[in-house]
Amino acid sequence: MAATTTVPSASPITGSRSFLRKLREGDEIARLITFLFAVSTVLVTLLLIIELWRDSALARHKFGLQFFFTRVWDPIAEQFGALPFIYGTLVTATVSLVIAVPLGIGAAIFLAELAPARLSDSLEFFIDLLAAVPSVIYGLLGVFIVVPLMRDYAQPGLKKTLGFLPLFSGPAYGVGFLTAGIVLAIMVIPYIISVSREVLMSVPRDQREAALSLGATRWESTWKVVVPFARTGITGSIFLALARALGETMAVTMVIGNTPTISASLFSPGYSIAAVIANEFTEATGDLYLSALIELGLVLFLLTFLLNGLARLLIVITSQRGAGMANA
Amino acid sequence: MRRITGAIVVTLALSMVAAVLVHAALSINGAGATFPYPVYSKWFDEYQKKNSQVQINYQSIGSGGGIKQVTEGTVDFGASDGPMNDEQLKAFQDKHGFGILHFPTVMGAVVPTYNVPGVTSALNFTPDALAGIFLGRITKWNDPAIAGPNKGVNLPAADIVVVHRSDGSGTTYCWTDYLSKVSDEWKTKVGKGTSVNWPVGLGGKGNEGVTGQIKNAPNSIGYVELIYAVSNNIPYGSVKNSSGSFIKADLASVSAAAAAVAKTMPDDFRVSITNPPGETAYPIATFTWLLIPERFSDSAKRDAIKGFVNWMLVDGQNYAEQLSYAKLPNEVIAKEKKALGKIQ
Repeated sequence: MAATTTVPSASPITGSRSFLRKLREGDEIARLITFLFAVSTVLVTLLLIIELWRDSALARHKFGLQFFFTRVWDPIAEQFGALPFIYGTLVTATVSLVIAVPLGIGAAIFLAELAPARLSDSLEFFIDLLAAVPSVIYGLLGVFIVVPLMRDYAQPGLKKTLGFLPLFSGPAYGVGFLTAGIVLAIMVIPYIISVSREVLMSVPRDQREAALSLGATRWESTWKVVVPFARTGITGSIFLALARALGETMAVTMVIGNTPTISASLFSPGYSIAAVIANEFTEATGDLYLSALIELGLVLFLLTFLLNGLARLLIVITSQRGAGMANA
Repeated sequence: MRRITGAIVVTLALSMVAAVLVHAALSINGAGATFPYPVYSKWFDEYQKKNSQVQINYQSIGSGGGIKQVTEGTVDFGASDGPMNDEQLKAFQDKHGFGILHFPTVMGAVVPTYNVPGVTSALNFTPDALAGIFLGRITKWNDPAIAGPNKGVNLPAADIVVVHRSDGSGTTYCWTDYLSKVSDEWKTKVGKGTSVNWPVGLGGKGNEGVTGQIKNAPNSIGYVELIYAVSNNIPYGSVKNSSGSFIKADLASVSAAAAAVAKTMPDDFRVSITNPPGETAYPIATFTWLLIPERFSDSAKRDAIKGFVNWMLVDGQNYAEQLSYAKLPNEVIAKEKKALGKIQ
């Protein structure tokens, strides 16, 4: 007697009958619909890339690879180069991470491991609040509080003590790479703290207990056992923070000085890709000008893509190594 | 269930009626310059009160956006602080088969503002001083080019911090147009445009950004729209005009600038009124224009727009001064009324 539950691969007729049956039962529909949702994210990304690629065609054909090495941004002479913007984006993102990562991970460790539960939960509320503040507000904070502090106290102070370094030379305007980096750091710290804290708290209890039972101090068990265990998640949070820092627009344009320059000094004003697109796109007349701005958008997209790809690679490598060590 | 269905049916019916009623009004769309937005929105509002069947919607997306959208045909008219150049005019002609006309509406001016500790009076600036400062040639406040016309003012030996606009704008267009006229070096090195390659200086976004930078940075100088400076009580300097007098910008001196050029105004109204002749003229002033296509397929829209422009040239001008915009000179008004006949 033929089995009533049909095997999909048995024959075309029985296969379609089983498909129709699953459809009627709702399983296949659910699968199809959720598959479409998942595919739509890929589609949107592809559409984005296609649009950026197409609309930047004029600039790409005119400038080619030189676009990445030219420093000039002249809308009148129609000479466009991306180098100052790429430099500014990378420098501000780096400065923000250099400040935010130690602070963020340190805070997360405190909140997850060393603080009493009530304190940890109430501080977490404020951190989530910080993460939800719109970036324009951070920009205002930057303009009215950070910039004057930088110009009147921090930058002259740094110049006096570390002024021999090219990093801290030049006139102190208040706005510039360093200020933008600091404002960005304030914006991305909540992300690092939130995610790292979650990851640290999810480290299984027996890891800590095993370390403590072997005679480790509280700090040693935290730093040498728990944190390395949560390494993947913490790295993930850092790359989340990096993604935000790379794309941040309003807060950056209010404190970076909006001057396309490349300078070794962190006091120098600069420009970032997101800031120049936000500033110049609406008034950009001229097809080549628009196309150059769109090509900048494409560059930012590819930069983010590249860094995220590197992040994934890093996570894969470290987890393989970690697994290897666990097995050894 | 029946109550819900009933409610839905009633809502749909009401919204359809509302849609029909609203649709009965003639809706005209425009987009463009942000600078004249206050007076434009007042005008469109007042005009609709007198002509309830005409509704004009205006989006201030920027002069560049206005030119682009009217060329694309997504809006019925555009508005721009800088006239369309020959390339843009040709693009419009090629796309539509007919031309586009410029109609000046009001005038504005750009003023040099600064923040020099200890200086409370209005400084006098010569064209050479302004060009030199923005080119980066003049770097200290007590440079003779600045100190010369300001005898009696104690200018510090401090570095000048230059502030300009980071976003493209008609204000920049007017400022750089003036500098191109008074300085050959500026003309060849930088040129004029809504966005230029500034030799020196920090960029602030919008008039507000520039003002914010200047207020917070001692020894800084920048440029902002006159109306913005007046309504925010910002100190600004006088500029030497082509007759040699130092003029502080106000409605009278801006109108004088336009009047000087009115007699030699070209028929297409695309004229720059920076550095004009005239004893009392302020040298850094500009018209702002409505960009209206020559032909309309919808005769109702054409008549409505022509009606609006006629009203604007007569009654509308009276609202301009309340909002601190300078009125058009009478010769220009007369010329524009005649030019309206070109729209078919």
